[in-house]
Amino acid sequence: MAMIRLEGVSKWYTPQFQVLKDCTLSVAKGEVLVVCGPSGSGKSTLIKCINALEPFQAGSIVIDGAKLPDPKTNLPKLRSRIGMVFQHFELFPHLSITQNLCLAQEKVLRRGHEEAMAKAMMLLERVGLTAHAHKFPGQLSGGQQQRVAIARALAMDPIAMLFDEPTSALDPEMINEVLDVMVELAGEGMTMMVVTHEMGFARKVADRVVFMDGGEIIEDRPTEAFFGSPHSARAQTFLSKILAH
Amino acid sequence: MNYHWNWGIFWEMSPEGTGTYFDMLLAGLWWTLATSALAWIIAFSVGSVVGVLRTLRSGWVVMACNAYVELFRNIPILVQLFLWYFVLPEVLPAEMGRWLKTMPNAAFWTGSIGIGLFMSARVAEQVKAGLQALPRGQWMAGTALGLTTAQTYRYILLPTAFRIILPPLTSEMLNTVKNSSVALTIGLMELTAQTRAMQEFSFQVFEAFTAATILYLIVNAVVTLAMRWVEKMAAVPGYTTGH
Ligand SMILES: Nc1ncnc2c1ncn2[C@@H]1O[C@H](COP(=O)(O)OP(=O)(O)O)[C@@H](O)[C@H]1O
Ligand SMILES: [Mg+2]
Repeated sequence: MAMIRLEGVSKWYTPQFQVLKDCTLSVAKGEVLVVCGPSGSGKSTLIKCINALEPFQAGSIVIDGAKLPDPKTNLPKLRSRIGMVFQHFELFPHLSITQNLCLAQEKVLRRGHEEAMAKAMMLLERVGLTAHAHKFPGQLSGGQQQRVAIARALAMDPIAMLFDEPTSALDPEMINEVLDVMVELAGEGMTMMVVTHEMGFARKVADRVVFMDGGEIIEDRPTEAFFGSPHSARAQTFLSKILAH
Repeated sequence: MNYHWNWGIFWEMSPEGTGTYFDMLLAGLWWTLATSALAWIIAFSVGSVVGVLRTLRSGWVVMACNAYVELFRNIPILVQLFLWYFVLPEVLPAEMGRWLKTMPNAAFWTGSIGIGLFMSARVAEQVKAGLQALPRGQWMAGTALGLTTAQTYRYILLPTAFRIILPPLTSEMLNTVKNSSVALTIGLMELTAQTRAMQEFSFQVFEAFTAATILYLIVNAVVTLAMRWVEKMAAVPGYTTGH
């Protein structure tokens, strides 16, 4: 059964500007989906809709049985079950690394501080940042901050993880430390939807690649097929641009 | 100029019979402090709430709060105090009006509330500016973790926004102290009023106003130092709020 299913999702920012056009897509449990496409094609908007961070005007989304839009769906609860990682990390600057990891565990999941802390330390060890537990976000490098952000999302025991260009704000030498964590996560069977232009990562871990342009899903194919056989002219142009260097 | 300086005047008894002239000024200082403190508590709490509401995604709430800010910010504070003190008791039902007029320390309560509401509009502006200075991603990150809107403001947005606006909030606190002197127009015997009384009784205008100036400077120096200390306590390693 699909963990995430989008059915004909359309969204308008203004009556004149349709940012998503009839998007249909599904992600099975344990599947890794890479979403790529030119800047402004609606990738961020699409994954924000899945996490109910943006409303949409037509179509529906079902996540592990919870439906959008549906007044009966408890949005905070739904969001707490989906991990989200942002391009600019969005750690909370006034909270220490461990406080960043504990806040939502305690306030949303109502875990005790001891339990939250144990979980936080376990995850920090996993992303290799135990030594930085007491520091503040501003004291870490971009790559370290993004690994903390991944750990923060994982602390909620999510059923799926959404990534919005997690490495595109990073200096080149820090990209791999973040991708390594994501590859490991994929290997453990996490359901993932990753907006990225890291085609090496896509080839290595993605089960399927989705190509978007102008708010539409132009291609949705198994990774091998996407990179192998001919496909739409628009995807080809896009690929030739990003693979050129 | 034929002015007779007399710095010893402060230790002479005032004709009011409540002690020396210095005691008179101290009594004024006490009302200045009390009025400023209560006005600031009102300004800060009402201003914070209104400032937060102005950043929500609800059209009519934002409109109502904008109207509040424009109203209290654009009517001179003197007019506002007159409205609260002289006009309000007349337009209320007779019973309530009488109660307001005969309330003990009416000038203090009216002055503090009036100045507090006037200042709350300015605090609301600062709070809104602080919240809008935060990247939208912060709201999204909190919301995406499952925090409610109230929790996101409480634990994430407000702690950072207040750090950003600490310096302008300090100015607003100083403005509150200075504005407390306007309450003399409704009869509150605060520091400026007592200074004028001293001048009228003793004719030592320069001594009286020198003392008042020094007392105001001391109060505001204490406020400034206290806020510096708050800023230091609130500083986060590696996070510069940038000003
Ligand atoms: N809040 C918004 N209001 C209006 N337009 C927006 C908003 N967010 C994004 N857009 C526009 O929607 C389009 C798609 O944006 P986005 O989803 O961020 O694309 P991508 O992530 O693929 O670069 C862009 O043209 C962008 O300018
Ligand atoms: Mg984007």
